[in-house]
Amino acid sequence: MLAMHAPDGFLEPGVAAVTALASLAVMALALRAAGRDLDDRQVPLAGVAAAFIFAAQMLNFPVASGTTGHLLGGALAAILLGPWVGSLVVGVVVLVQALVFADGGITALGCNVLNMAVVPAFGGWAVFQLARRLLPRSAGGVVGATAVAAGASVVLSAAAFSLEWLFGASAPVPFDTVFGAMVGVHALIGIGEGVLSAMVVSAVLAARPDLVAGARDLAPAQLVDRPRVSARAFALGGIVAAAATAAAVSQLAADDPDGLERVAIEQGFADQAEAHRLAGSPFAEYATRGIDDETLSLAVAGLAGVALTLAVGGGLVVAIRSRPRAVV
Amino acid sequence: MGGGLRHRGALHLLVERDSPVHRARPEAKVVALVLFAVALAATPERALAAFALHGAVLALVAGAARLPAGTVRRRALVALPFLGVAALLPFAADGPRVALGPLAVSEDGLWAGGALAARAVLGATAAVVLTATTSVADLLAGLAHLRLPRVVVGIVASMLRYLDLVADQLHRTRLAMAARGHDPRWLWQARPLAAGAGTLFVRTYERGERVHQAMLARGFTRRLPDLRPPPAGAPAIGWAAALAPALVSLLVAVGAILR
Repeated sequence: MLAMHAPDGFLEPGVAAVTALASLAVMALALRAAGRDLDDRQVPLAGVAAAFIFAAQMLNFPVASGTTGHLLGGALAAILLGPWVGSLVVGVVVLVQALVFADGGITALGCNVLNMAVVPAFGGWAVFQLARRLLPRSAGGVVGATAVAAGASVVLSAAAFSLEWLFGASAPVPFDTVFGAMVGVHALIGIGEGVLSAMVVSAVLAARPDLVAGARDLAPAQLVDRPRVSARAFALGGIVAAAATAAAVSQLAADDPDGLERVAIEQGFADQAEAHRLAGSPFAEYATRGIDDETLSLAVAGLAGVALTLAVGGGLVVAIRSRPRAVV
Repeated sequence: MGGGLRHRGALHLLVERDSPVHRARPEAKVVALVLFAVALAATPERALAAFALHGAVLALVAGAARLPAGTVRRRALVALPFLGVAALLPFAADGPRVALGPLAVSEDGLWAGGALAARAVLGATAAVVLTATTSVADLLAGLAHLRLPRVVVGIVASMLRYLDLVADQLHRTRLAMAARGHDPRWLWQARPLAAGAGTLFVRTYERGERVHQAMLARGFTRRLPDLRPPPAGAPAIGWAAALAPALVSLLVAVGAILR
């Protein structure tokens, strides 16, 4: 969740305008597509679904040793409602959060809708479809694909956020630092998101399989096949998926290093970024120590972020765990 | 970001007073909020005087609306996480260092963090003033007036209507679990919680279906009726007066840019 809701003036006006246009276009398309899917039922149904996502974001779930996190729900909405209705619903949630609850800036609305609704819904849906092909055609396969997709969607959001930072940062923090920190932290958050989303979808599949848009292609017989997976195995799978996504996303981001560098030069902070990469944050050091290749260095930065956060989080957990448990 | 605000529900945000700000057209107030946010975003980082003027404009509007300062301050706490990010910037950014007490921090980062904090707090406070002076029905009518697609207005309307209900159900489920000794501390113990959320989705969706049936039975024609009571008392404040504070802020921002 670290700074996923951008406030006013967090990004340069140009980025705010471009992301606003992009979000507006996708939301307009989603409106048309949702109209085709749901007919006029969409008004109350999408409304209560939005209320559900909003409520789910308030649901604190345990992460480790009594610490709690909460759902973001972008991928979950896409898998339950389909990517169009899902992104529309989460987009409305983000709009209401900014306008009614003062959470997230008004001028950053476009960027927030993009990061919290569009990217998780469509990115999550794409990963979901991909994972569905690899997993068995069964309820278990849908649940597993949900876990992978929801976890990946959080990492994708963090990556999108970092890219926006690259194009229009309001402070001279090097891209590698932002990217490493965002993707690393969110890879961990993604584990919780993946596990929780999968459990929610599993519960919905058990009661009303017809309400899971991502499982519409399954015949009733295929839905009966629900192998019970231990939650511990689930969490382990989540860690693997998060680490893999972090590395993969780093590769994508650095796919065209020349392009990124060119943009950075145009934006006028390439010099600072270059100069600073040797000093300051640990991520910056990770990114360059003996590694000249931009692609590799980014991947290492992303993975290092995951590893570091895991280590710190694990250390905290162990430290807290040894104490006697407080009586509530 | 579980701000304390969310738990109060959207329908209890209005602070009932009789003030010019309350009487202003809701659509003008929404436009004013957007303009004010644009002014905040456009103000250069180091224009301290400009940010002070923005704050003064906002304080004047909140004062004119006769809002209790404590309420506004408490609701604006939703911006707290951004202040945390703002506090990190002086340490994460690069560039020449300046001494801040015993610490050497980035000068650019310090300015950027300060500006971010100012924008986040002022922006959140402005939104708080809007919802404290505008009822949800008025706000929805204002959004419809601004040509937000009516489907979106309808979704927002039914979302706000059922938000408290759904959140309450979730809270009760949680409470019932705790009362029966379910106190999960690790992620893999969260299954009952998630299953509860899944069940809640099914129940919520089915509620949506029933709501739709009920709406059809009452003659719903894909357009939500305007349920606002006819305006009573003093006439609505015109566009110009409602936009004036935001326009002042815009001028301040332009002035700060040109300096």
